[in-house]
Amino acid sequence: MIPRKNDRLLIQGITGKQGTFWTEAMIAYGSNVVGGVNPKKAGTEHLGVPVFATAREAAKAQPFDISCMFIPPMMAKDAAIDACEAGAKLLVCLTEHIPSHDVMEMHVAARQNGTRIVGPNTAGLVTVDECFVGIMPAFNKKVFKKGKVGVISRSGSLGTLLCLNLAQAGMGQSVFYGIGGDPMIGTTTADALRLLDGDAGTEAIVICGEIGGSAEEEAADYARTMTKPVVAFIAGRQSPPGKKMGHAGAIVSGGSGDYNSKRKALEAAGVGVADVPSQVPQMLKRLSIAA
Amino acid sequence: MNFEEHAAKPLLAKYGIAVPESRLASNPQEAEAAAATIGPCVVKAQVPTGKRGKAGGIKLAATPQEARQHAENILGMDISGWTVGKVLIEAQTPIARELYVAILDDRGTKGPMLLFSGLGGMDVEEAAESDPNAMRRIAIPIDQGLSEDAARSAIEGIDDIAKHATALVDVFMNLYRAWRELDAELIEINPLVITKDGRVVALDCKFTLDDSSAARQKDIAANAAPEKQTVLEAKAADAGLKYIELDGSVGVLANGAGLTMTTMDVIAHYGGSASNFLEIGGEAYTKAKTALSILLENPNIKALLVNFCGAFARTDVMAEGVINAWQDLKPDIPIFFTIHGTGAEDAVALVRDRLGIEPYDLMDDAVKAAVAAATGRAAA
Repeated sequence: MIPRKNDRLLIQGITGKQGTFWTEAMIAYGSNVVGGVNPKKAGTEHLGVPVFATAREAAKAQPFDISCMFIPPMMAKDAAIDACEAGAKLLVCLTEHIPSHDVMEMHVAARQNGTRIVGPNTAGLVTVDECFVGIMPAFNKKVFKKGKVGVISRSGSLGTLLCLNLAQAGMGQSVFYGIGGDPMIGTTTADALRLLDGDAGTEAIVICGEIGGSAEEEAADYARTMTKPVVAFIAGRQSPPGKKMGHAGAIVSGGSGDYNSKRKALEAAGVGVADVPSQVPQMLKRLSIAA
Repeated sequence: MNFEEHAAKPLLAKYGIAVPESRLASNPQEAEAAAATIGPCVVKAQVPTGKRGKAGGIKLAATPQEARQHAENILGMDISGWTVGKVLIEAQTPIARELYVAILDDRGTKGPMLLFSGLGGMDVEEAAESDPNAMRRIAIPIDQGLSEDAARSAIEGIDDIAKHATALVDVFMNLYRAWRELDAELIEINPLVITKDGRVVALDCKFTLDDSSAARQKDIAANAAPEKQTVLEAKAADAGLKYIELDGSVGVLANGAGLTMTTMDVIAHYGGSASNFLEIGGEAYTKAKTALSILLENPNIKALLVNFCGAFARTDVMAEGVINAWQDLKPDIPIFFTIHGTGAEDAVALVRDRLGIEPYDLMDDAVKAAVAAATGRAAA
């Protein structure tokens, strides 16, 4: 799902330093934050919203649609399962370095409860001028302005750069969909592409991919069926093989996940692949005219 | 975190999977003494990488003298960039049949996957590539674990191993328990052998501990093989920074993995090359000073490019750290900035006021300037 203005937002870990900083930013942006979670501060209020012991408790008193987690890695699994069992439709998991077995358990809980997980290790989602969930510079007018381009990114920093490049070229964004830099993420590049393909406010899509895994190849299979123009930039062309490039998911090993196979698959599906991010706006314009 | 065979096999043994008797030796004398007690043996190079056999790092020895001779040859050998410092002296096993089994994190199903092949041995990956049926793949639901039926289905229809089904299923179940309880990312036995006298024995083991689980597997993590890293990479790791040393001349300081990789790519696009990968995103964004001093120790660096695109990472905090460090260290190279995102207005003002440098609005312009400064020629 794409976050909308009226979606009710729960913040797990709302009282912490980062939770507070970013929740304030989300509220200022206009996101509909209705509550928070911290077991030690249940019954109090923080940033003008009630704090609950668990997401399940919150759901009883203050129903919510989306939960956003500011929770350290070793505690993330329990918090995520709590949010799924509480009936979250969407769970935005910002946490990086969650033990991989815990991540697998989170995905099982999500499937069983009908929750869509975004992440782990995502920078969040921005539906421009409507709703912001996460840790993106949504409020920075040089980076984000309302437009028709949807942006999908495994990386928050690269996603920010791409949004900046679009804004600098006078093109705004409809939605930024941060999917996360982890190897096992709940919403893949192809999933996000499908969502934005179905979004009436999105006319063209930019994929910010990375080396590692096969998410871009799978996205290419879907892109082949689309009429909306798609342009991609894949980070990591110059990265040495066999090394984890910061993100746990960004590694080329045993001939899989390398730059060339991703580029080939995307180009074969009619997706324009930019050599550098600054080429993306021009390529979008050309493809849009052609379409 | 990867483990050498001698550290991985005791984990199998702990979970009830048979392994041959063995001893670790770090010099030819020790190898000879170990072989004297073990008998006919295999001398095996201990490095955390595959293809040891093809590299000549695994040799049979009939006598202690022969074991000593092999150890002399193998110790000090380079295998895929690793120098062999230890050999495992292991009892020879009479092999009737070689198999392959592994349990690993599967990206596609977002859960554990059991892999099994009746074609174990050195070329199993190549065999699996040319014949997809050669590798059985069984997805395991992590909330339920590996069932006996699922374990049995891995070997179904492979007639010549049918009489060992019970023993093999036992191995698979135990291997899954090990994978689960040890927070493994990968646990692989290649080859898993059926001996001439009908036993099932693990002749090798590759074990990778999930990096993110190391904090709750401290005892296990302590036995991990050292990372292959340079002095500077080790120093950065100690400071909690992900640093990869490269041989180019443009130093890169950026936040976030995606942006840092991209910066390296853009540098190459304009005819330069990066002297490092170093990201200070995520929680590391306050460590700009440590990061900068490590960057500057790389002798190849001729210019520094600072590229911040702050999302979670506040560019004002990072910029202040870089400026403080720059003024402390007074490096004799040019520095170029491009800064956007969270906190960018304050960050740009700081750079302007304290260093008298104007950050570039476009990343491409900053990269071109840094490439020109580092290479002494205009960017391509």
